[in-house]
Formats: sequence, structure tokens, C-alpha cells
Amino acid sequence: MARAGTAASKPAKISQDGQGLSLTRDQKLDLYYYMRLTRSLEERLVNLYRQTKVVGGLFRSLGQEADAVGSAYALDRSKGDVLSPLIRNLGSMLVQGAKPNEIIKQYMAKGDSPTRGRELNIHYGDLVRGFIGQISHLGDMVPVMAGVTLSFKMRKENRVGLVYVGDGATSTGAFHEGINFAAVQRCPLVVVVENNGYAYSTPLSKQTAARQLVDKAIGYGIAGEQADGNDVVATYEVTKRAVDRARAGGGVTLIELMTYRRKGHAEHDNQSYVPPGEIDRWASENDPIDRYVKRLLAEEFDQSELARLDVRVKEEIDRATDEAEASPMPEPTDALVGIYAEPPAVAPLWFREGIKSAVEVHERPSSWGTHDV
Amino acid sequence: MSEVTYLEAIREALFEEMERDKNVFCLGEDIGAYGGAFKVTEGLIAKYGEQRVIDTPISEAAIIGAAAGAAHMGMRPVCEMQFIDFISTGYDMLTNYVATARYRAMLPCPMVVRGPSGGYVRGGPFHSQNPEAAFLHTPGLKMVYPATASDAKGLLKSAIRDEDCVLYFEHKYLYRRIKEEMPAGDHLTPIGKARIAREGKDVSIITYAATVWKALEAAEQVEKDDGLSVEVIDLRTLLPMDDEAIIATVKKTNRVLIVHEDTRTGGIAGEITARINESAFEWLDAPILRVTAADVPLPYSPPLEDYVLPQTSDIVLALRKLAAY
Repeated sequence: MARAGTAASKPAKISQDGQGLSLTRDQKLDLYYYMRLTRSLEERLVNLYRQTKVVGGLFRSLGQEADAVGSAYALDRSKGDVLSPLIRNLGSMLVQGAKPNEIIKQYMAKGDSPTRGRELNIHYGDLVRGFIGQISHLGDMVPVMAGVTLSFKMRKENRVGLVYVGDGATSTGAFHEGINFAAVQRCPLVVVVENNGYAYSTPLSKQTAARQLVDKAIGYGIAGEQADGNDVVATYEVTKRAVDRARAGGGVTLIELMTYRRKGHAEHDNQSYVPPGEIDRWASENDPIDRYVKRLLAEEFDQSELARLDVRVKEEIDRATDEAEASPMPEPTDALVGIYAEPPAVAPLWFREGIKSAVEVHERPSSWGTHDV
Repeated sequence: MSEVTYLEAIREALFEEMERDKNVFCLGEDIGAYGGAFKVTEGLIAKYGEQRVIDTPISEAAIIGAAAGAAHMGMRPVCEMQFIDFISTGYDMLTNYVATARYRAMLPCPMVVRGPSGGYVRGGPFHSQNPEAAFLHTPGLKMVYPATASDAKGLLKSAIRDEDCVLYFEHKYLYRRIKEEMPAGDHLTPIGKARIAREGKDVSIITYAATVWKALEAAEQVEKDDGLSVEVIDLRTLLPMDDEAIIATVKKTNRVLIVHEDTRTGGIAGEITARINESAFEWLDAPILRVTAADVPLPYSPPLEDYVLPQTSDIVLALRKLAAY
């Protein structure tokens, strides 16, 4: 395991960032709120998963809340900045305005979820609020966001895009083609590489021979920066610099955020491949929320301020859960609607004509067959 | 008005649409200063500049993916694959990202992916392909493949204005071999509508692209030699297929030959046959026949390529067989 997971084997060194000088008091509380909301919402989803109310897998970002929240917070929502999250970036979507009830409805495959039951978990977006849903094919959102930001450039709009990829996605062709094209075109794009040590079970050492992922920036002729992804302020600051650079016409920046995935790829994954003690060490020594709370309390913040936010988070999630649970499942025939703008729906197959539902009972398997249950 | 070639018709469509709508832009390899490998985009960069005529790296996935992103934001990108054979390197972006965008995410993706397609030009296995069968079973995409210069123009203009992604295949054998006077005005060919290229009553040929011309030649020959009246249907759009036109010709002649330049197994002819079987089986007086390429990668040497691809004489043989059944 000589170089198995630079990030995985030891917590990253705290960078020069993290001073927080440019953040107001309210903004600092915002960062806490979004990280807390991310974690608590995922904890609620775990409860729902265990009650078999979640359909399909559950993906956690435990221990990575700071990198998602801090980086997204550096975008300017008033200017119409757009991001494309990955599976561990629930926090970034919440910052852009995604609502807990949408997330829970998505996970419960409800008919009034943002994708009307067509897509899973946090795979959804909203152009108005500025986030574009991912697909499962890793790296594919890099070319897409190259195109989104190319349109900003062509229309001389003062907007910036941000796309998240994991350490694993840096091995894909789409990542390479997308970042290279964006670099050539000097698109206003920030590419955040979340290095959490593992792609499913594969450690970084089996993903790349590069010493560190930020080194890839040199090959593309773009700016590259690395920061401690578990320090929400450092994450904000490094991203803010990249966003400002992009907005000023300075082109693409690759940011490598060093973090650690404390849960498995999805909830079913028992993490048998992780060296003993590694997860506990990150949990006890480098939890992004614990670190931030310590920092806030050391500054002028009071425990009661944070407690008030905790209450707000809990109330929001309780309300969202109630709403999602009461939501209807989709009408089966909605499956045929909206493949094209025109025609608005495809015709049912001959054996489904006049039939409203294919079966009486919809089986809800407790897994995809990835493990014994 | 003077006649224009199939290739010039495509270029006219690009100029007219870029002029009409500032959201239309082109991207692809060598399409700017060089004007494209076949010079389809020649002159565009001089008029519209490198912001709207973008020379890209050799990155089909990035070309298609970036077009999708720009299309989400209201642009109307037209991607060129230098040869349509290279669309396979963008297959994931097209089938997984673009084709599903509206359905899974309510994201509009109005874009065109166009490129020189087809054989009979001694291009070998990687400069002669017909990729339609690879995309036929991808809901969310549309596909057109014009056979005439006026359809080349009208279909491209319609494709650029369509609200969804249209794959636009242009046959390189036809580029400079056929010419036609363009219809006046803002000429649009509707997507999803086949064309009767030749009226007839004894046998129907359903085909598209370059083999439309071989079908017409064969039809003339059997009319002269055998007194057979052959109808030729030019599909023009492959997805969504014009079932109405297909069924109408079946009911008219009761004998059907399907001709395509693409290989046989899993080709579009199989799908058309199945649809006729489902909707008009009792109207058939003979089994449906196929004339297609053999199931081999397309070889380069003229004797080999000609042996593999459908020829007029093959179509004549099939027509006679059907008429005699």
C-alpha cells in the first residue's frame, strides 16, 4: 500500500487558505447551515432507507460536506452561475437552492419529484436555480459544462460554471476531452476534482500514476490549485479565486480538493477494502463539521446560534419528510410522456392499450442484487 | 435560379440558418479556416467568425457533450463529424446524455450532429460507414438521411429548428454527383415524412439515401424489360419512421423490397419488416425481401466493395423474384 490513496492514508495538510477574511458573519453561519443540512438530510434518508421507503441505493457524502458546500458557496447565484454536481455533492445542490422535499421525493421515486420518478436520487437539476443533473457515466458532465460555459462566453454573459468530478472520473475520456476543449476555448469553467481516496473500491494508486491530481492542470495549460477539502473556508476561498479568474476571462481552473469518503460507494457497500482504522481516524480527527464548529466557537460565535440552526434544519427535514411520504407515486402511463418535444408522448404498445398499470403490486426489491439481503 | 449540388444545398442550409438565428453555431474538426474535409462549411468562418464556427480538438465526445450543454442554454449547435464513422466515439454522449435529457431531466437538447456517411467511394472500413442502425433503438434521438439536394437542404433546416437532437447523415457519394434547382424561399422538408420518389403499382421498394438512386435505376430497367410498375419510397427520416407511408405502399402493391446500404443483421430493413408484419400482414402477396450490404466490415478495393454493397442489378433480381412469386 505504498502510495495507496495519498488522500486516504493521511489527512491532507492544512493549506494557507482558510483565513475566512472575505466572509461575513452571516455567510459563515450559512456555511454551517448547509453542511448541517446536508448531513442531517442524509441521516434522515438512511432512516427512510432502513424502513425500505427509499427505492434503490443510497449515496452518502459523510465527511465530504465541506468540499461540496464551500465550493458551491463561491458561485454567485445572483449572476446566474451554474454547477453540475456529482453523487457526493448534495451539499452543493442545497446551496444552489435544491429543497429537502425534492431530495426525499427523488429517493422515494415519487410522482411529484423533480424527475417525476424517471431518475434516481440526486440526479436532477433546475436551470433557473443553476444546477444541472448528472448522469451515471462519470466524466460526461465535463463536456456538457464546457458547452454551458461556452454559451456564456459566446453570449458575453458574466456567468461562471462549475463541474464536480471524483478522483475516478479523471481517468475517463470524457473528462479529458471536456477539460481540454474548455481550456482551448478559455471557457469560464471551474473543474473541482474531489479526491476522496476511493472510486467505489479502487484506491487512487490504481486510478492514476500521477503524483497528485492537480498536476493534470499543467498538461491542459490551465490553472491548478489544491486545497484541504475538509476545511469549508479553505474550500470556499480556493474556489472563489477560480470563479473570479473564470469571470475575469482567465479560463479554466482545476481544483483538487483533498477529502475522504467515510461511507461506502453506496449504503450497501461494506468497505471491506479499507485498511483498518482509516475511517475512524478521519472521523475522529478530520470531520469537516466538527472542525468548523470548533473554529466558529473559537471566533465570536455562540453555541446557541448553532443550536438554533440545528433546530431549523431538523424542522425543515421533518416537514420535507412528511410531504414526501404523503406524495403520490407516478401514474404508470406517465412513462410514455416527454421523450420528444414532438410528439409529446409515444403510443402504448398493443398489449398495453387501455391498460393503466402493468401489474397489481409493484415489487420493491431491497437491493439491485449487488449484495445478499 | 441555377442548380446546386447536394453538398452546396447543405452549405446553403447552414448559411441561411446561421443568418436567421444568431443562436445557431457550428463546431467540429477543421470546419473553420479549412472549410471542412469536404468543404461543406467553406465560407462560414469568413462570414460568421470563429466564435460561431468553432474548430475543435479531435474530441467527438467533447463536441457532442459541449453542444448538449450549449443547447440546454438556448443555443442551436450544429456538430460536424469529419466522417460519420467517428460518431461512435461520441456514442455515449449521444445515447446516454443527449437522448435522455428531455425525458429524465426536462432539459431541452436542440442540436444537430451531421457528417459525411456511406460508401461506394472506396473509403474502406472507417470512411464509409452508415451508422443508423446503432442509433435506431435509442429513444430520444431523431435521424434523417436525405437522397436529394432539395431534401438535403430542407431536412437540415428542419433539423436545426427541431426541439430535439437530430442526427443528420449526408451521403458523400451524392455530395457532388447530383444537383437540382432549390425550391424558392424558406425551404423546409418535414421530419418524419417519407417521399414517393416514383409511383408504381406492382412492387414497392422502401429505401433511403444513395440507394434511392439505384432503386430508381432498377425500377426503370424492369419497367422497360419486364413491364413492371415499381413504386420507390424514399424514407428521408429514419427515426421516427413514417409508418403511414410504409403501410400505404404495402397496401398498394402488396409486394415489398427493402434496400439499404448498411449491413443486413440488425439493420433497419428488419425493423421495417416487423412493422409491416404487425400492421399489414394480410396485405402481402409475397415475403418481404431485403437487399443490403453483406455482414462484413466494408472493404476498400473496388472489386471487394462492389461485391459487398447493393448494386442496381441486385435490386433488379429481387424485383423480378418478387413479381414472380
